[in-house]
Amino acid sequence: MNLATFFLRHRDEIFRATLEHIWLVGAAMLLAVVIGVPLGILVTRRRWLSNSILGSANVAETIPSLALFGFLLPVPWLGERADRLAILALTLYALLPIIRNTVAGIDGIDPAVRESAKAMGMTDRQILFQVELPLSLSTVLAGVRVATVLTIGIATIAAAVGAGGLGEFIFRGLAMVNDQLILAGAIPAAVLALTADLLLGLLERRLRPVKA
Amino acid sequence: MSPDSSREPVIEFRDVTYELPQTNASTHGRLLRDLNFSVLRGETMVLLGRSGSGKTTALKLINRLREPSHGEVRVEGRSTIEWDPIALRRRIGYVIQEIGLFPHFTIERNVSLVPRLEAWPTDRTRARVKELLNLVGLAPESFLERYPHQLSGGQRQRVGLARALAADPAILLMDEPFGALDPLTRDEVRREFHALQQRLGKTIVIVTHDVSEALILGTRIGLLEAGTLAGVYSPQEFLQSADPRSKAYVDHLPTRSRLEESL
Ligand SMILES: Nc1ncnc2c1ncn2[C@@H]1O[C@H](COP(=O)(O)OP(=O)(O)OP(=O)(O)O)[C@@H](O)[C@H]1O
Ligand SMILES: [Mg+2]
Repeated sequence: MNLATFFLRHRDEIFRATLEHIWLVGAAMLLAVVIGVPLGILVTRRRWLSNSILGSANVAETIPSLALFGFLLPVPWLGERADRLAILALTLYALLPIIRNTVAGIDGIDPAVRESAKAMGMTDRQILFQVELPLSLSTVLAGVRVATVLTIGIATIAAAVGAGGLGEFIFRGLAMVNDQLILAGAIPAAVLALTADLLLGLLERRLRPVKA
Repeated sequence: MSPDSSREPVIEFRDVTYELPQTNASTHGRLLRDLNFSVLRGETMVLLGRSGSGKTTALKLINRLREPSHGEVRVEGRSTIEWDPIALRRRIGYVIQEIGLFPHFTIERNVSLVPRLEAWPTDRTRARVKELLNLVGLAPESFLERYPHQLSGGQRQRVGLARALAADPAILLMDEPFGALDPLTRDEVRREFHALQQRLGKTIVIVTHDVSEALILGTRIGLLEAGTLAGVYSPQEFLQSADPRSKAYVDHLPTRSRLEESL
């Protein structure tokens, strides 16, 4: 049986697994943005927190993914549902690029722009929302893009704790020494990653501020 | 109003010293030392001085972008550190030396920034922006919708000037506002500004290292030398002063005969 007919025959399964995968990654990214961007902003406001915040995110990033899923399994509320656990683990991986790029984006703004905003009598909030965030949006988005591609890959490991997703095919294929099964997980995952990369890249370019 | 009320000090420096926060002993971070002067209502005080003498730092003390290490800067009779910084800055127009336009805003939004912050009605804001662009010699039709990166350096500088004037602040701080302009445009804008100054009676502190500009625009000239005030002069006094520090500037005034000599 060739690959094409294999894909065709299992298209419903593959489709379901792909949706699961998107759900895991999407939820994780949403959480990571909601947590990471404010943390990044916090770092630019309270420099002394920089080492602990970026340091922790860095440590999370270095834990091997299979091990992280394993570590989180016995945690009470988390271990109850596999997808809950997987989403949290993925969020941890996605945080670092998002925090780092938020800080870099805000730090990269021309100091004269921030100073004139201040001199015009803008409040800290106004400076953040009207000046700093719009001007760093594309850099933040570049972080989201890196994090998304990264998490799409790591999310295949989520199948190891029963969270589903495209990893299911890969693990099954490994167990059964079946290349076609492995590819049924790997190819859609790669397509997802490339698509996300392309779309977010386009968005990033559209939002890039013009240089003065 | 008594005749004296227009002569009250609007800005007062009292024994002001400014040191950089957290400088180690090896670098001397004392940028300004024992400044004492006041600027009266309706007056235009020029701060003249060489590069690095502390002119910009002195301006930033007035709108509390910096706070004095010793002494106090009083604005409208109140020390800047007693002011709510936002309220203080909204009363003070500031033309920043680096221009600092918002790259993601159109010229229209850049100029209307403070009126918007002050929640002016839209049509009043629009009319004001047009009026100001005309004033600085930029045709509104062709500039309103553009972004700062689509302007030349001198045009950007004029937008910066318009932005500072937008909400009609009683006090204006201007840091080399005409530096990027060619001599002809500079004369035009300067003349407009001069007329405006006479008409509106604003209290202005303007920084320059251009002596002729200081003499034309200033009602008084404060000479800064390495962080200290070497003297405060009227333009007449400045021209006639025997002090070698001010004489050095006067001697550098280009006259036609001097230019021809050097050819
Ligand atoms: N944040 C800072 N850290 C270290 N040194 C500073 C800082 N800000 C200003 N200085 C120094 O303080 C001195 C005065 O600076 P200031 O910007 O007030 O000069 P200025 O008179 O405006 O010069 P210019 O005409 O070149 O604009 C300079 O020697 C400058 O290097
Ligand atoms: Mg300066």
